[in-house]
Amino acid sequence: MGSELKVPTMAELFAKGEQPEVLFWVGCAGSFDDRAKKITKAFVKILNKAKISFAVLGTEESCTGDPAKRAGNEFLFQMQAVTNIEVLNGYEIKKVVTACPHCFNTLKNEYPGLGGNYEVMHHTQFLKQLLDEGRMTIKGGTFKGKRITFHDPCYLGRANNVFEAPRDLIKRLDAELVEMKSCKTRGLCCGAGGAQMFKEPEKGNKDINVERTEQALETQPEIIAVACPFCNTMMTDGVKDKEKETTISVMDIAELIAKADNL
Amino acid sequence: MEYLQNILFAIILILGIGFFARNIKKLSRNIKLGKNVDVSDNRPQRWGNMAKMALGQTKMVVRPIPGILHILVYVGFIIINLEVLEIVIDGLLGTHRVFAPLGVLYDLLIASFEILALLVIVAVVLFWVRRNIIKLQRFVKPEMSGWPKNDGNLILYIELALMFLFLSMNAADFQLQQLNADHYVQAGSFPVSQFFAPIFEGMSVNMLILVERTAWWLHITGILFFLNYLYYSKHLHILLAFPNTYFAKLDAKGKFRNLDAVTQEVMLMLDPDADPYAAPAGDTPEPEKFGASDVLDLNWVQLLNAYTCTECGRCTSECPANLTGKKLSPRKIMMDTRDRIEEVGRNIDANKGKFEDDGKQLLDDYITREELWACTSCNACTEACPVGIDPLSIIMDMRQYLVMEQSAAPSDLNTMMGNIENNGAPWPFNQLDRLNWKEES
Ligand code: SF4
Ligand code: SF4
Repeated sequence: MGSELKVPTMAELFAKGEQPEVLFWVGCAGSFDDRAKKITKAFVKILNKAKISFAVLGTEESCTGDPAKRAGNEFLFQMQAVTNIEVLNGYEIKKVVTACPHCFNTLKNEYPGLGGNYEVMHHTQFLKQLLDEGRMTIKGGTFKGKRITFHDPCYLGRANNVFEAPRDLIKRLDAELVEMKSCKTRGLCCGAGGAQMFKEPEKGNKDINVERTEQALETQPEIIAVACPFCNTMMTDGVKDKEKETTISVMDIAELIAKADNL
Repeated sequence: MEYLQNILFAIILILGIGFFARNIKKLSRNIKLGKNVDVSDNRPQRWGNMAKMALGQTKMVVRPIPGILHILVYVGFIIINLEVLEIVIDGLLGTHRVFAPLGVLYDLLIASFEILALLVIVAVVLFWVRRNIIKLQRFVKPEMSGWPKNDGNLILYIELALMFLFLSMNAADFQLQQLNADHYVQAGSFPVSQFFAPIFEGMSVNMLILVERTAWWLHITGILFFLNYLYYSKHLHILLAFPNTYFAKLDAKGKFRNLDAVTQEVMLMLDPDADPYAAPAGDTPEPEKFGASDVLDLNWVQLLNAYTCTECGRCTSECPANLTGKKLSPRKIMMDTRDRIEEVGRNIDANKGKFEDDGKQLLDDYITREELWACTSCNACTEACPVGIDPLSIIMDMRQYLVMEQSAAPSDLNTMMGNIENNGAPWPFNQLDRLNWKEES
């Protein structure tokens, strides 16, 4: 199974008196969800290969509180936030990277008001920066000419105006990026945001993820690229609903890059 | 007797403007019923937003066809209203075309008003067709039946009537000028209304004067009527779009406000130095109500939002919940909020300045829980809104009330929140297993 993952924790580094360049905030999905764990590992493989000095909080990490806040439970959110901030500040964290747009948004926008000030990056931004700075390279071959459409996560795109970093990465794979009719600022939600991931949808005539998957299928993609563990679940389910799972795969951008590099 | 007309005009003008001022006062009183919120920051950016969105209509042209038609009507109305200045002076002083001495410039002005009037007519007709013949989806949603539908059409009829009155007034005037009638100075150029002139061929001077005066009076009283119609209509946006875009949210769309009252409590709970025996004496202020169940729990910018809503439905047509047949419609959230604050305002008026509990509230009586829980907080609505309205903030405030005051979240969400509370994750996994993925292959 390739070489072993090197995943130092903050506690380990701290004991050695070391400070990593960046904290990788794994998030609940990235830690526990079987599909999302693959994204986590793909991202770690890339970091390992590029020899990036990073660490995770491991068992000291706890939910950012995003789903509680969007559900309306401000109290629970702030309890989570203040507890996490205590841990982060205790380790004097300056820079955080995460593969979850919900964690990204909450850490970046809602933690500062509660005393948590960090430079927060989404993993697509971080990877793009590594490429721009020449600290890693992407091999083109694997996805050359493949039709890839990108589904904008609401909390990355509209919520934080990050539209180009993920697209830039797809283009660097030499893939053919095909846009859906609703994309970027007008991208359609996958249906998971606002704590919807954790409940049954209200009555309607269709599931949101199916609607979005139909838009994606219109572009006749070979791969639907995503950049959020929840979008990943929703789009994967959508593709299954359309019985297209044998021909179309749903992959996180980190997974695409890891695969291109045979990691 | 000779001043009768001038006096009559002055009275109508004072009544029209006075009534309008009264409405504006009521409007501002109602908006100020909302909670305070600090929006005094980042002035330059706020002015910029107003210039772009309200003045420049940048968000309208995201959909080019209605966007361009709307700009025509908007520019047309602003510019043609320069003519109102002349009408008012003429009306008060008994002059006729008092700006005529401007000569060529005057000709140019009148000519451009006429061309714009024609373009407005074209745009208004197309708007009517979109609403009534093509029946564009976003105009036929459930919240658009009854008054909102009639309001939308009525505005178009009024605009059409005003433009036709303006052109007929000019046409009759043009004919009178040809006949060298007294009082009718040779002024203006009439690229559009001259084509109406043949209708008046052969009419006597007196008859023509009657037509011209009637059109003139109807036009100006029509404008005053329209001004007073605004308060009761979605057309209020022509005024409120400006302050509303100025006060619109500047933060990243994903950033939701942290409740200060909650922060205090949380800090107290987690502060190891806090003395558990000190305090809750009688002087602690009554705990603030969390979230919103009625309009008075919202802040004034949210209420301003509600009055500004143009009911265009751009938000609803991009809403993932609405697109998939759920009851939630962000436009309806705004319309309900406006209807309720109006009701509260009327209640206050009827009860000598004090709100008497009417057994109703925004939650349940206007906005159902089913609508609130269908939102994915995706911000498609706030992105789509051409005038910077934030329906999502109202949805979130109401969810806060449901969860923090009523413990009335859907049961799945209660499970999720219980998990976060106990294990630090929305699923029932142990926090100590958070790094297990590292060992799994
Ligand atoms: S934020 Fe909520 S109301 Fe607004 S478009 Fe998204 S789902 Fe609809
Ligand atoms: S909230 Fe904005 S987009 Fe929605 S109907 Fe009102 S004006 Fe239109």
